[in-house]
Amino acid sequence: MNMMLANAKPASATLGLCDVDIHPRAQSRHAFDPWLSAEMRHRMHSYGLRPRHGYVRGTPFPKSQPLASRRDAWTPQGGSPASDLAFFRAQHLDHYGVDVGLLNPLQPSGQGDTNDGFSAAMAHAVNEWQLTEWVVPEPRLRASIVVPYEDPEASAREIRKRAGDPRFSQVLLMSRTSMPLGNPRYWPIYEAAQEAGLPVGIHAFGYSGWAMTNGGWPSFYIEEVSEHATSCQSLLISMVVEGVFERFPRLKIVLIECGMAWLPSVAWRLDKIYPSLRCEVPHLKRKPSEYIRDHVWVSTQPIEEPERPEHLRDTMEWIGWDKILYASDYPHWDFDDPRLSIPNWLPAETRAAIYGGNARAVYGW
Amino acid sequence: MRGFEGAIDADLHPMVPGLDALRPHLEPFWADSIDQRGLEGFESQSYPPHAPRTVRADWRPQDGFPGLAEMQAWLDQTGAAIGILNPIYGVQLIFNADMNRAFTQGLNNWVRAEWLERDARLRASIVLPNETEHAVAEIERLAPDRRFVQAMRLVMGELPHGRRTHWPVYAALEKHGLPLCLHAGSAYRHPVTSLGWVSWYMEDVAAQQQAFQSAVASLITEGVFVQFPGLRVVLAESGVSWLPAFLWRMSKGWKGVRFEIPWQAEPPAETVRRHIRLTAQPFDAPDEAAAQLLGHLGSQELLLWASDFPHWNYDGLPSLPPGVDREKFLRGNAAALYHRLERVPA
Amino acid sequence: MVKHVVAEVAAIPAGARHVTEAGGKRIVIYNLDGEFFALADRCPHQGASLSAGQIMGHVCSTAPGQYEYARRGEVVRCPWHAWEFDIRTGKSFFDPRRVKTRAYDAHVECGELLAAESFSVAVENSYVVVEV
Repeated sequence: MNMMLANAKPASATLGLCDVDIHPRAQSRHAFDPWLSAEMRHRMHSYGLRPRHGYVRGTPFPKSQPLASRRDAWTPQGGSPASDLAFFRAQHLDHYGVDVGLLNPLQPSGQGDTNDGFSAAMAHAVNEWQLTEWVVPEPRLRASIVVPYEDPEASAREIRKRAGDPRFSQVLLMSRTSMPLGNPRYWPIYEAAQEAGLPVGIHAFGYSGWAMTNGGWPSFYIEEVSEHATSCQSLLISMVVEGVFERFPRLKIVLIECGMAWLPSVAWRLDKIYPSLRCEVPHLKRKPSEYIRDHVWVSTQPIEEPERPEHLRDTMEWIGWDKILYASDYPHWDFDDPRLSIPNWLPAETRAAIYGGNARAVYGW
Repeated sequence: MRGFEGAIDADLHPMVPGLDALRPHLEPFWADSIDQRGLEGFESQSYPPHAPRTVRADWRPQDGFPGLAEMQAWLDQTGAAIGILNPIYGVQLIFNADMNRAFTQGLNNWVRAEWLERDARLRASIVLPNETEHAVAEIERLAPDRRFVQAMRLVMGELPHGRRTHWPVYAALEKHGLPLCLHAGSAYRHPVTSLGWVSWYMEDVAAQQQAFQSAVASLITEGVFVQFPGLRVVLAESGVSWLPAFLWRMSKGWKGVRFEIPWQAEPPAETVRRHIRLTAQPFDAPDEAAAQLLGHLGSQELLLWASDFPHWNYDGLPSLPPGVDREKFLRGNAAALYHRLERVPA
Repeated sequence: MVKHVVAEVAAIPAGARHVTEAGGKRIVIYNLDGEFFALADRCPHQGASLSAGQIMGHVCSTAPGQYEYARRGEVVRCPWHAWEFDIRTGKSFFDPRRVKTRAYDAHVECGELLAAESFSVAVENSYVVVEV
């Protein structure tokens, strides 16, 4: 069987196909100029981004493919992946029948920059750029509010500026922040997000400035990729233990590209240690797993592929069938095809929920 | 009914009451340095001495820590035939490499004199000094004493455990047939998360689970088990439930990024099943998920029973995870792993 | 098996690949130094077109730190998840027994013989033929 799959959305996407992880890319760093002040344009083009790592170009751990992208996502003219709306529309939105696609801009977005002022200026510019270049011309797309998260007060201002604009569907954070995300210094972000009724999407990536493992720097890209899961585990533990969900009872967290199969194990681990530690954390009123169950959603990609499919089914059941959202990660190399990554042995209504129903519920689409 | 007759308890903690206890077991220069410099002790933030979790309330004597008598009473209570001591005293935190070596040796001497000599059921880990050269020397010094059945490091050190700078240690361990035990805890060379320092001790306890994932990833990717096929690694106080999801993720990545670590010629899960064992305290899945989780682990041979005395993980006696192979779990897996236990009385 | 004439030999130079449809299937033909190989143009994992994948060599190792890089040009890496396949056999390198893409017989035939089998070809040329 080697017939090409025709352009079509998955048959069981009866509630629509929602893709909660698409990465638009600027054609050049000048793309943001229209929304930057002269001073910030100068900074961008003279000093560039200054993340919490040492390289001017590229990433500390070289990727497995150029720009971590699918080899077939470059445009016929050689344009970089997801930088051209027409090509992106044909290769992804139309090809799979995506009904709603959520943009998660990555670098050069200025998130996590060591210079807070620049990060705030870039966040504003990237948000305007998303609207002008993507969401206005392509109504299937929604934007994320990029915030300068290392300056939580400025982040809250950016959120309040966008609140009520239905073209923005979530607040976007990267997972590797300079302190664990539950720390009270970040709470202004959650306060503004809750007030705006917007979920906070936390996408695996970024540079904390700390070693990528709690036992030192790894050597290989394969470790860096794997360690995104441990970083995301740490941020979730921090949010639960610090009491974020007690303080912000309507806050919704969507973990994007963080891996999902580890979620039950983190919840169990916290429940297991909680009885011997609850005297330290009297601000927690419920079992840790209950906060996770009520406040946390996960995206599928990169979907785990255990040798025995029932193991994935067990894990999804432990996470909660209503908490799992399809994501493609287009145009990245570890992209998941909606038709083949979501197992076809799941009941049709479950697949429909993962493809669209759950995302519509959490994002209000 | 004790329930664990003949079992091998793979993780017991002899508690160092203070530096005075080590003093007679130290070289004179370092023994005198305790008073000369006003050393206060090396208790680690990983186990705050007065935290309820560090010593279960009914095991905590009126003053200080449980000692040999309390541990013997516990062994009598469980009926375990053998107990393996993992002394947790923050010598690994010492930055001065010579001082680290000296106090680590003192700690090992103390374990031998005050514990191994006094109860024939006890075995111990060789606590390893931080420097590679010192660690090798300590293995050579203590390996002839067959009551030392493995060597131990904290799971969070300065460099990931797979890094080649550690390899002479692994060569020495392989030569002597000693497994490497990575125990929960940190030398605090790095914050306990990859996102920086945490506010609550509860986060520190939870962070061990991430550390073990990173340690296994490093051992596999760097090719430690390719280079040292005889080496076995025991993860102590690691929890268990994280392992399947970690291996799925790693095996999936390996299929595409294999070229980066071409010496890893089999799926990482297979390497782990052959080389790595975990003490199942805490067994961190709820009972209703335990049987499925054991299925996800894919083997009944990975888990070693441990009581984790005197840390507080449970009340009363430990319970067995539903669905576990009782004989392998309590005894068989440890007997197969620790060759130095061959003459264990049944 | 049905014989399909894919292209003139000169149209697929050494190191090049050529995508064709034969028997309703998408097939990619590779020329490895004059030898032709045909694979289903579909990764068995999630269906990406292998023809969009990079052609490279194979690295293996006898010990950590040793990189033995050989067979340059004989390996295709899936454009998505970077699974590597042996162009000569269609087998993956990480699990050659169970994970592979379909390989078809490809070879060169002269136009004269093909014309005799009533293919419409130029008798003076040679052609790459795939049997599907």
